[in-house]
Formats: sequence, structure tokens, C-alpha cells
Amino acid sequence: MKELLAFLPILPEIALAVGAMGLLMFGAYGGERVVTTIQGLSVVLLIFAAVLAAMLPDSRFGTSFVVDEFARFLKVLAFLGSAVAIVMSLDYLAVEKQQKFEYPILILLSTVGMGMLISANDLIALYLGLELMSLALYVVAASNRDSIRSTEAGLKYFVLGALSSGMLLYGCSLIYGFTGTVSFEGIAEGSKHPGIGLIFGLVFLFAGLCFKVSAVPFHMWTPDVYEGAPTPVTAFFAAAPKIAGIAIFVRVAVGAFHEIVPQWQQIIVFVAIASMVLGAFAAIGQRNIKRLMAYSSIGHMGFALVGLASGTAVGVQGVLIYIAIYLAMTLGTFAVILAMRRNGEMVEEIGDLAGLSRSNPPLAFLLAILLFSLAGIPPLAGFFAKFYVFLAAIEAGLYTLAVIGVLASVVGAYYYLLIVKIMYFDEPVQAFQPMPGELKAVLGVTGLFNLLFFVYPAPLIEAASAAAKSLF
Amino acid sequence: MILSALFFYLFASICVASAFMVIAAKNPVHSVLFLILAFVNAAGLFVLLGAEFLAMILVVVYVGAVAVLFLFVVMMLDVDFAELRQGFLQYLPVGGLVGVIFLAELLLVVGSWAIGPGIPTTITAKIPTDIPNTQALGLVLYTRYVYYFEAAGVVLLVAMIGAIVLTLRHKPNVKRQNTSDQVARTKETAIEIRHVQPGQGL
Repeated sequence: MKELLAFLPILPEIALAVGAMGLLMFGAYGGERVVTTIQGLSVVLLIFAAVLAAMLPDSRFGTSFVVDEFARFLKVLAFLGSAVAIVMSLDYLAVEKQQKFEYPILILLSTVGMGMLISANDLIALYLGLELMSLALYVVAASNRDSIRSTEAGLKYFVLGALSSGMLLYGCSLIYGFTGTVSFEGIAEGSKHPGIGLIFGLVFLFAGLCFKVSAVPFHMWTPDVYEGAPTPVTAFFAAAPKIAGIAIFVRVAVGAFHEIVPQWQQIIVFVAIASMVLGAFAAIGQRNIKRLMAYSSIGHMGFALVGLASGTAVGVQGVLIYIAIYLAMTLGTFAVILAMRRNGEMVEEIGDLAGLSRSNPPLAFLLAILLFSLAGIPPLAGFFAKFYVFLAAIEAGLYTLAVIGVLASVVGAYYYLLIVKIMYFDEPVQAFQPMPGELKAVLGVTGLFNLLFFVYPAPLIEAASAAAKSLF
Repeated sequence: MILSALFFYLFASICVASAFMVIAAKNPVHSVLFLILAFVNAAGLFVLLGAEFLAMILVVVYVGAVAVLFLFVVMMLDVDFAELRQGFLQYLPVGGLVGVIFLAELLLVVGSWAIGPGIPTTITAKIPTDIPNTQALGLVLYTRYVYYFEAAGVVLLVAMIGAIVLTLRHKPNVKRQNTSDQVARTKETAIEIRHVQPGQGL
């Protein structure tokens, strides 16, 4: 019994992995008929894993896997993000006749990787989690294999992902070489007297992680992959993997390198500024809403990294609040993008939203709420997200960073408000087809969350604060 | 001592000679066969060093899987290697120069290389001296590092699913063997008896 209890910390991941393998056998023998059952069971499994992850006590599995408040908070977010992504894909895949039983299973296995990544406590566990998560992502990006754009997206993501993994591993090997250990505690111990070799490794490790969260200057793949991949896949990409990426970024920076904050602070400051500015300016010229969301997500990762740049518990709390709210905003927006279907065809141009306020007022209202929230306009949730990261930056004395961030968010507001203007003041074009029920539910919940967050923000803020403190 | 030295020179010379033949052979299939010979001899060198696990892995993975895969690729792809190699002599001086510089640099690096003084003290898993190294690896691989081992297994599973998802196509007009159908055939479904009248045909 005692031996079995040792497996308790990794129980959510085991449940997901074993469940995915069971569903794989079910699908392989059941064929096309059981696809809907597998989709439903995958969602149930993810919610079950999220509940399990939330209830686990502080513990460790060996030295490489750690369960703490930080891991619990992020795992719940990541697992729910994946579950919602599967729910949002149901209608699209059925209508486009792309239903495959492997799709939810790959998402489950990718989510296992996210769980491993969020809890990783040494470099090998980090790499294995990252590869498990990414490998499944490459496949689902190319899952519409008859579309040249989807396969291009998959291939591009794969090649650049392999390159970034190479950089990450090079950094890991240097760090291992100069500290003699792969565990984060050991690295923290070894970095008390950092040599140039360790810093060199740190730079490469951070470059690999920047790629995974699509932060500038490692963002080039994002617009093409977001545009080329099937829309539900894009919705998935923009949500859960970003959470896992930010999680491991924070854990590595704060957990393993807390002795050399000034060394990595300048890197994060640069990456944050570049991401915010590029995300704001490059999105202005976009006509395709998926590309626009790609640049928007680059910008938002920049804002989230502002919190990390401060290197304090308040900053990490800001990061956690930011990505929790980002998750809600992104999933809601993608629920609308997935509902942009006219005469049986998906449309992706921003101009197709013209006059939405007259053809479908509730949809237009909720999308406007989400866009105002993405722009960071009070009293919506997106404002509080930005508020906490900028507050942390100012407390840490990073005034330039905070000022540039606020300016970038003003520039970013332009293109969000432009969409609102197109919806409310342009001549209506033909109405969209009726929205499927599950997308309505996702949009309703996320829209109301963004609208009413200011009424009772305490639970999220307290949870994020407890999670951030567990790292320090 | 003499015996192991003899075996070392045997394995080493065959290894180097077959490695040379890999790049020198005209026929790409021969190249791959020489590659296999080089791998087997390298495995012999590992045995001499007392690293029998590495030797086994080299034979199983490289000879058993990778080289055979190479062989398949070389046979399946219609690449004219003879044509590719036509400029060989022309590029030999430049290539040789680069090779010599590279070798000199490697010698310089290896000559001055030393393990950092603090590193050996931080090794977490000491190498045991009283048991064979396969056993030593097994003892830590399935206990201390079981997490990595299982995680790597899941990564490979994803790779397998991915390859199948992206390439398997169920074409409707392909005739497949269905064993249960074949077994379920009876005399009645398989044979039809016609009484043919003489001189008329069917």
C-alpha cells in the first residue's frame, strides 16, 4: 500500500495517460462509430483529472516531479483549457467531416505532457514533458492532412519546434555541465557563483522556452501555424499549451535561477517589450482573424512576462492571474471565430463580422465584451490582468517596462476596437448560421466571467497569490 | 593482455577499413553493408572496454533497426549515387584541407580537455564497481529513473499515433485479406456445381 501511495503525486497524469490508451484501443476496434463517445469520455477524463489535480496534497514523485500550490493552480487551468478545446471542436469536426478518434486522444496525451511540464522539477522531466506536449501539437496542427495549409502549418511547427528543442537541450547540457546536476534545487545551489558558461546555458534554455510561449524574437511560426491549422486546433494552441509554457518558464526562472535574478531579468524585460510592441503593431494590418489572434497572443505573452520580469512573488501572482484571465478571453473569442460559418463555409476575414450587432445582437455584445477585455479596458477582467502585472513591475522598479507596456496596450486597443467598430457601425453582410449549443455555452460563460470578474475577484486573486508564494 | 590487445587491433582495423569502404564503395547497398560491419566491430570494441550494454544496444538498435532501415531506403529510392559522387576527385583537395583542419582542432581540444574539479563530487548516482553495467543500469532505470523511462515511452506512443494519423488512408477499393471471412467460407459458398451439357458450354 505504501508503494502505491508513492504514485499519488502523478495520479492525474497516470489517469490521463491510461485513459488515453484505453480510449485508443476502444477507437481502434470501434472505428468511426465510437468517435462521439470517445470525445465525450475525453472531456469527462480531463475534468476528472482536473479535480484530482486540485485535491492532491503537497508531495513529490522522486526528485523530478513536484506537486505544490503552483502546480495545482496551473494544472486545473490547463486541464480545463484542453477540455473546453475538445468541446469547441465537436461541431466543427462533424460539419467538416474531419472526425477522427485520434484527435481527442492526442489532445489527452498532449495534456499529460502539460501536467508533467507544470510539475517538472529537473531538466530531464522538463524536456520530456515539453516534447510530449509538442509532439502531439505538431500532429494535430497537420490533422487536416488533405489541406495544403494545414500540412504546411504542421511541418513548419515541427521543423521550428525541433530547432527550438535543440537550443533548449544545448542550454540544458551547458547548465548540467557547469552545475553538475539537473535538479532545479541543485542548479539553484550551483548558481550562487555563476560562471559565464551557466549564463550561456540559461540564455539557450530561455530561447527554447520563448519559442514554446511564442515570445518575440521566437514568434515567427505563430501566425502561419494559427492561420493554417484547423480552427479548433488553433483554439487549443492559443489556450492550454501557453499555460504550460508560461508555467515552466516561471518555475525555471524563479525555482532554479532565483540566485541570479539580475542575469535573466534583462532577458525577460527585452522579450516582454519586444513581444508587447510587435504584438500591438503587427496585428494592425491583419485581415484574417486567426492571424490577428496569433499576434494578439504574442502580445499577451509579452504582458504575462512583464510579471515574471519583476522576479518577485507579486510578479508571479500577476503572471498567474494574467494567464487565467487570458485563457477565458481566448477561449471565448475562439468560440465566436468557430461560429463564423456562412452558407456551410467557414469565413475568417474580419470584414465578415460587419454589422453583426444587427444580425445577431447577443453574439456581437459578448464578442465586444471579450474584445474590450482583451484590450484591457476597465472594469472588465482583462484590465485586472494587466493591472497586476504592471503593479508588480512598478514595485520592482521596472518603470520603463511598465510605461512601454501601457503604451503597447493602448496601441493594441486600436485593433480590438476596430473589430467592435466593424461589428456595430458597418453595413451588415449576410448573417452567420445559428451557433451550436456548446459554443454558445463556452461563449456565455467566458463572456460573463470577463464582464462580472470585478464583482468578486477575490477567489482567483487569492488562489494565484497562494500559488505564487509556494514557489518562494 | 596480449589477447585483448590482439582483439583490439583486429576490431579497430576492420572498423576503420569498413568505415572507409562506406564512403568509397560505388554501390550504395555495399556502403550500407559495410556500415553494418563497422557497427559490429565498434560493438566488439565496446565489449573490450567492459561496456557490454552499449555493445548490445549498438548491435540491436543500429544494426538491427537503423542500418536495415537505411538499406530499405537505399533500395526503394531511385537515387543515382554514382552521379552524385562524380565530382569526388575535384573536391578532394578542399575537402581534405577542411578535414585536416578539423582533425587538428579536435586534437587541440581533446588534448587540453579536463573535467572540472568540482564536478565528480556532485554526481548523484555513483557508478557501482561490483556488478556488471547492464545490471547497474537496470537497477536505476526501473527504480530511480522510472518516471523518465515511462515518460519516454509515452512520447514514443505519441510519435506512433502521429505517424498513423498522418499517413494511414482507408481506400475503399483496396482488396484486403480478411481471415475470418476466409475461414468462414463453406463448401456451399465456395463452389458452384454446374451440369454442363456435352457440346454446349455454359
